[in-house]
Amino acid sequence: MQLLKDVNVDWIGRKRQWLSLSLLLIAASLATLYMKGGPRYGIDFRGGTLVYVKFKDSPDLGRIRAALSEQGLSGSTIQRYDVPEKNEVIIGLGQREGEVGPDTDAGRVRILEGLQSAFGSSSGQEGKIDLNNAAPDELEDRLSGVAGFTSLLESDESPAFKTPGELARAVTDYRDRNGGIIGAFQELESVEGMSPRLLAAVQEQAYLGGFAVFQTEFVGPKVGRNLQRQAINATLYALLGMLVYIAFRFKGTAYGAAAVVAVFHDVLITLGFFSLADRELSIPVVAALLTLVGYSMNDTIVVFDRIRENLRLRRRESISSIINRSINQTLSRTLLTSGSTFLTALSLYYFGGQVINGFAFCLVIGVAVGTYSSIGVASQLLVIWYDFQTRRRTVARAARA
Amino acid sequence: MPRKLRWRFFTILAVVLACVVGIIGLPGSTDSLLQNLSDRIRLGLDLRGGMHLILQVNTEDALTIETDQSVERIKRSFRDQEISFGEIRRRDATHIEVLEVDPDRLVDVRAVIDEGYPAWQRGNRSGSSDSFLLSLRPEVEGQIRQSAVQEAIQRIRNRVDELGVTEPVIQNHGPATEYQILVQLPGVDDSVRVREIIKSTALLELKIVEPQDVYPSRAAALEQYNGVIPDGRELLQGIPQFRDTSEPTQAWYIANRSAAITGRDLRMARPQNDQFGRPAVGFSLTNDGATRFGRVTSENIGKRLAIVLDGRVQSAPVIQGRITDSGEITGSFTSQEANDLALVLRSGALPASMDYLEERTVGASLGVDSIRQGIMASLIGLVGVALFMVTYYRLSGFIAINALLLNLVILLAAMVYISATLTLPGIAGVVLLIGMAVDSNVLIFERIKEEMWAGKTVVSSVGTGFSKAILTIVDANVTTVVAVLFLFLFGTGPVKGFAVVLFWGLLANLFTAIFVSRFIFEFILSRRRRVSLSI
Repeated sequence: MQLLKDVNVDWIGRKRQWLSLSLLLIAASLATLYMKGGPRYGIDFRGGTLVYVKFKDSPDLGRIRAALSEQGLSGSTIQRYDVPEKNEVIIGLGQREGEVGPDTDAGRVRILEGLQSAFGSSSGQEGKIDLNNAAPDELEDRLSGVAGFTSLLESDESPAFKTPGELARAVTDYRDRNGGIIGAFQELESVEGMSPRLLAAVQEQAYLGGFAVFQTEFVGPKVGRNLQRQAINATLYALLGMLVYIAFRFKGTAYGAAAVVAVFHDVLITLGFFSLADRELSIPVVAALLTLVGYSMNDTIVVFDRIRENLRLRRRESISSIINRSINQTLSRTLLTSGSTFLTALSLYYFGGQVINGFAFCLVIGVAVGTYSSIGVASQLLVIWYDFQTRRRTVARAARA
Repeated sequence: MPRKLRWRFFTILAVVLACVVGIIGLPGSTDSLLQNLSDRIRLGLDLRGGMHLILQVNTEDALTIETDQSVERIKRSFRDQEISFGEIRRRDATHIEVLEVDPDRLVDVRAVIDEGYPAWQRGNRSGSSDSFLLSLRPEVEGQIRQSAVQEAIQRIRNRVDELGVTEPVIQNHGPATEYQILVQLPGVDDSVRVREIIKSTALLELKIVEPQDVYPSRAAALEQYNGVIPDGRELLQGIPQFRDTSEPTQAWYIANRSAAITGRDLRMARPQNDQFGRPAVGFSLTNDGATRFGRVTSENIGKRLAIVLDGRVQSAPVIQGRITDSGEITGSFTSQEANDLALVLRSGALPASMDYLEERTVGASLGVDSIRQGIMASLIGLVGVALFMVTYYRLSGFIAINALLLNLVILLAAMVYISATLTLPGIAGVVLLIGMAVDSNVLIFERIKEEMWAGKTVVSSVGTGFSKAILTIVDANVTTVVAVLFLFLFGTGPVKGFAVVLFWGLLANLFTAIFVSRFIFEFILSRRRRVSLSI
């Protein structure tokens, strides 16, 4: 395909429009960040407790709230997680300063107690083990304690499990591979080697609680503050490192400065979109931002490389025309690379799952903005700098004359 | 094949073989292939489930213990030299006050302290010539703090090993002056129990109770001494006892401050049942410990012996006779608690208490989901990019796809060879890399196209295209590598995994784009004199 042969778009002529668009986007980003009181920090930076719970049936948030209030946790946040069909909920507790100590786990324990009393066992299940929350070892211990269980395993028509431990592991593996929660005992019939007799024996020892915890996070305030500082440092040092490299490779600070300003612009606008979408900043998101810094820089350098080459080849041409030509020459590459990167970022956003959704969102926005900024910001700034230089030289010459 | 190309072909072949063998070994069947694959690629906690903990070691505790011991030793030295003193006490974790020594023997006092206690810097207490303030030298303080962390790491490792966790990570975390420990336990999901086991200081002390009385409250005990516990003794609280009624009975004891036996003297500890069949922990002592225990018990027959665990009296049985090498800790334990107590006693006491700064647990089901979704996103991304490339570059697109696949193979092999951990952000890195990795090929192809449009022959277009693109490729990749390096330094766990993937992916990218793609082009061109190229 030769879609972009001999394109000749006048990018530099629309300098004002590009820069106004960027300024507008930056202003909008700052405005939304300002209105929401800065970026929304996730638990990594803010500290606190998060408990991710999956329910057997569609959870009634009101009932969860009531159960938590009973534990004195009326200040907790309750949010649905992922798609509604998964019945997943995140329960969050803020971290109060100075609360660090041996009992930092208290919040989580209370959340679990509240859930247990509202969604855990019902009557007739006392003394049994909760199959939806049991670790393999717990189940193994339980089954091993049943008199005659091993002989039951041996006398099975086609003995599939040699020890109670093997059976326990088969059951918990099945649970973990199928969403982490078992809705009814009949489901366990599809465990390989499970016979109706064994299932009945398991059923005598266990019940199916209404919820299962699949992830917990606790971050103390001290760690949060440290991470916040580290994240900012890492980003700034990365920018500095690139500035130095570009200044070295392009023998001049103008290129480095223009590229860094463009990247800074990308980060700011991505943060703006983040704030607009009400998403939280987490460590993976910062990682995505840093990747973005690298990606956007990469994109800018490809254009700059061409500018440098053309400056050598076409000494008589005006700088605007050279930069314009360089952008056009690399345009097809820019669109292809950004296109394929954007494609994979989208794939990550739509299919990568909830855990890295924020990360993927950051990349989708970032790749788009980063591609734009190479042309719309970095190159334009370079033109402005060269124009300024020329004007100064002309003025100087005029003064001498 | 021309000679020039032949050695390149063999180099590429060797690299590919080394990578493939690295990833899947030499499997005999499809099953063992998959088995090898999953054995060799180490999954992070976020993918296989488990616990991630960051602990703060309260190194002040270790200093306090050291300072307390020094106070006792200095007192003894003074008594040995018959130097009278008003008081010697710990002011804080790193300072000792020596008050009102015999003014006539200041020279001896200085000599005793300076020669016998080089870890302490002697200074005068302002306004008095007969009192001193000793400060622990900063370098000694640093050593004590560091060794407390190292010892804690060792103890935690013992405990984790006893729990049977495979491939645990237990190491220093962050700057050395923060005294933090990172613990990662793959596959552990009984988090409540595990965190208790890791954190319990498990400081066992056996102390003689003097006087014999058991007091119902703190106030009752203090009343006995008009509110001041005599020197060398301390007030200890017992664990609440449940007898007959549901109301717990409180018990307070006054015992010797110095312990007859500590956890260090234990040779073995195991769960057992006491005479009433309740869960208890039996222990046996080392030879040295047994000798001392024998002496202490024979001297104190009829007195109570307090069994103190982390500062709380578990039980205080009356010594019936001389005991030498073994004993039993009874209290109100469940059998699980007795098990865990035996475990932590065996592994040794922690030199300092610890707080949890960060704790994350990931259930196995979440990891399974994440892997499934990660693979899904990779495949869709891969197919999308492949279609994109073939549509745009036609046959040359296949060269790019080939480079891309090879890139992934090299990346995986590198991960196996350096035993890096694959995390969820790492998988995201792979997906992203699929998109970014075509960049080098795109740069090259575009250059070749330009040269062809300019009217050059196919052969010379390919040659110039490559050599012109290389500089840009290197420049562009270096900046990304800079970002990745800082990411590696900044990140913990999952994010490090991402940085590692991107780093090796970019390196592999340079190799496949500059070396492999070029080889394929030149190979195709060497076969026939071509006048056109499908690009």
